[in-house]
Amino acid sequence: MNERISNSQLFQLIMANIKELIREPGVLFWGIIFPILMSLGLGVAFTKKKDVVATIAVVTQTHANAQPGDTISVLQHFLQVNKAVTEKEANGTISGKLTIPDDKLGSTTFIFRPMSWQQAMVLIKRGNLNLIVDEQNGVVQYHFDPMNPDAQLTYLKLTRLFNTTGPVVKETNTEIKPLTVSGTRYIDFLVPGLIAMGVMMSCMWGVSYAIIERRSKKLLRRMVATPMKRSNFLIALITVRVLMNFIEAALLFLVAYLAFHITIQGNIAALLAIFIAGNFAFAGIAIFISSHTAKTEIGNGLINALSMPMMVLSGVFFSYHNFPAWSIPTIQKFPLTMMADGIRSVFIEGAGFSEVAMPIIILSAIGVVFFSAGMKIFRWH
Amino acid sequence: MDSNLVIEVRDVRKSFKTVQAVRGIDLKIAPGQFVALLGPNGAGKTTLVEMIEGIQQPDSGDIFIMGKTWKGNEDYLRRIIGLSLQETHFIDKLNVWETLRLFASFFSIGKERCEEVIRLIALEEKRKAWVVNLSGGQRQRLALGISLLNKPKILLLDEPTTGLDPNARREIWAILRKLKDESQTSLILTTHYMEEAEQLCDYIVIIDQGQILKEGTITALLGEIRDLPVKPVETRKITLDDLFINLTGRHLHE
Repeated sequence: MNERISNSQLFQLIMANIKELIREPGVLFWGIIFPILMSLGLGVAFTKKKDVVATIAVVTQTHANAQPGDTISVLQHFLQVNKAVTEKEANGTISGKLTIPDDKLGSTTFIFRPMSWQQAMVLIKRGNLNLIVDEQNGVVQYHFDPMNPDAQLTYLKLTRLFNTTGPVVKETNTEIKPLTVSGTRYIDFLVPGLIAMGVMMSCMWGVSYAIIERRSKKLLRRMVATPMKRSNFLIALITVRVLMNFIEAALLFLVAYLAFHITIQGNIAALLAIFIAGNFAFAGIAIFISSHTAKTEIGNGLINALSMPMMVLSGVFFSYHNFPAWSIPTIQKFPLTMMADGIRSVFIEGAGFSEVAMPIIILSAIGVVFFSAGMKIFRWH
Repeated sequence: MDSNLVIEVRDVRKSFKTVQAVRGIDLKIAPGQFVALLGPNGAGKTTLVEMIEGIQQPDSGDIFIMGKTWKGNEDYLRRIIGLSLQETHFIDKLNVWETLRLFASFFSIGKERCEEVIRLIALEEKRKAWVVNLSGGQRQRLALGISLLNKPKILLLDEPTTGLDPNARREIWAILRKLKDESQTSLILTTHYMEEAEQLCDYIVIIDQGQILKEGTITALLGEIRDLPVKPVETRKITLDDLFINLTGRHLHE
C-alpha cells in the first residue's frame, strides 16, 4: 500500500474505527447482522402478500332502529350474481369471498361475513373488520369511522366494485353512516395500544438500559461494595418506572378523554390489574435482558430486537389481523399483544375481570419467569 | 491466622483463561498501616485488590479480613470496608449532597456524617452541583468521600489519582494524610505512581507479573538501591523507580 496513504491520519483513524467495530462481535451482530435477519424474516413473511384482504360485516339482524321485514336481499343477490366463493365459518354462518384481481396494485379480496349488529360492533372495535354493511328499506348503508383511512379505502374499493359489476347495488341506493360512537373510532383502538406500548418502551429503556449503563460505568460494582440490598436496587428502579408508566398512561387517557371523549366502558379494577401485570411482565423481561451485558451497544440491540417486532406486530397502530392467518396465533402470544388486547377489551368492549383474567395470569407468570431467570444470571460487576 | 492483622493474604493465585494474573502472593497488613501496591499496568494489583474486596474468588489460597473470610461474613465485611475505584461514574444528575446521602443510606448513616465528609473532601461549595458538572479531581474527591462515609477499618483505593493533574492529586493526598493522622484505618493503595507510594505509605509492595518482587518500608527499599548493580545518577534523588529498573529492567510507568 502507498506509504503516504497508510501514514495518513485520516486513514489511520478510519482503520482504527473499522477495527474497533469488527473486533466487537456484539456490536457487529446487533448493528449489522440483526437488521439483515429482521429484514429477511419480515420480508419473507410479508412481502409476498400483495393481496389486500378486506373483511366486511354484512348485518343480518338489523339493529334497534331497523324496521321489521328488513332484509339483505340486495347484497345476497349481488354475491350470487358475481359468483362469490362461499365458505362455512366456525359458527355455522356462510361467508362470501370475492377477489378482484389486479396485477399492478395487487388483488383485493372482500370477505363478506354475515353477523348481527352486536357482533359487528365488537369486531370493529377490535379492529377485525374494515366496514359494516347494512341494508335498510333497499338502501345499502356503509358504517365506518370516516377518520380511519383503512376503512375509507375499503369503502371506496367496495363502491367501485358495486358500480363496475352491474346494477345490483345502485349508487343512488347507498348512504354512508359514520360510526362515531365511543369505541368504534380509530382513536378508541389506538389509545389502549399506545398505553401498552408506553409500558413496554418505558420498562425496556428505563430499566434495562439504566442497569446496563450503570454496569458499564462501574456504578453497580461500587454500589454492591456497600451493604446495599441488591433487591432494593431493583425494586427502586422498577417502582419508579411503574409509577412513571401510571402517570404517563393517566395523562394519555386524560388528553384522549378531553380531546376525543374516550371512555372506559369496562371494569376499572380489571384495567388496573392488567396494567400492573403488563408492567410486571415487561419489568421482568427488562431485568432478564440486562442481566449480563456491560456494553450499551449490545443493550441497544437487545432492547430493539425485542421491542421493535412487538411494536410492529402486536396491534398497537393497526389490527394484527392484517397479518397472514398463520402468524396470528404467534402474535397473540406476545406480551405486548396480550396487554394491548386486554386494555382494549376493557376500554372499548366493556370487559371485566373474567374476560382479562387469563392475560393477567400469563403476563404475571412471564414477569416471574423472566425476573427469576434474570436474577440467576445477573452480573453486578 | 494472626489475630492482630487487619488483612492476611496467604499464597493467593488467580488466572483468567491463559493469563496468570496473581501468582502466589502473601501479604500481612496491621491496623493503621498504609500499604502501597506499586507496579506497572497489568502487574496484578487490581486483581489482588478485587480478591480482597470480595468480588473475585481466588483460584487457591486464603484471604482473611479482620480474621474472617468473605464466605458467610459478607454483610459485616462490607460495613467495615471503604472502596474507591479508579473510575466510577456516579449518577450524573444527582448533586454532590444527594450522592453522599444515597451512599450513606446504604450504611444507615445520617446527615451529620455526610456533613463531616463533605467538609473533609472540601466540596461544600459544590454541594448542589450535579456530579456531571464536577471536574475529574472533584469527582475523585467525591468518590473518596463516599468510601470514607462508614469510617472504614480498611480502605481500598484502586489508582485513586490516575488521570488527575498534580494539584488534584495533592488534594487527594492531603485527605489521606489527614485520615492517617486521625484514625486507625488501614489503607491498601494500588498505584503506578512511585511518588504517591512514597508520599503516603509506610509499607511498599512492588508487584510485577502477578508476583511480589520486593516489599518493605520506604527507607529499607531505598537503602537497598545502594547495593544494586545499576546505580542512579548521583545528582538526582533516588526513587523506587531505580529499584524497579534493577529488578525488572523496565520503568514503573511503562
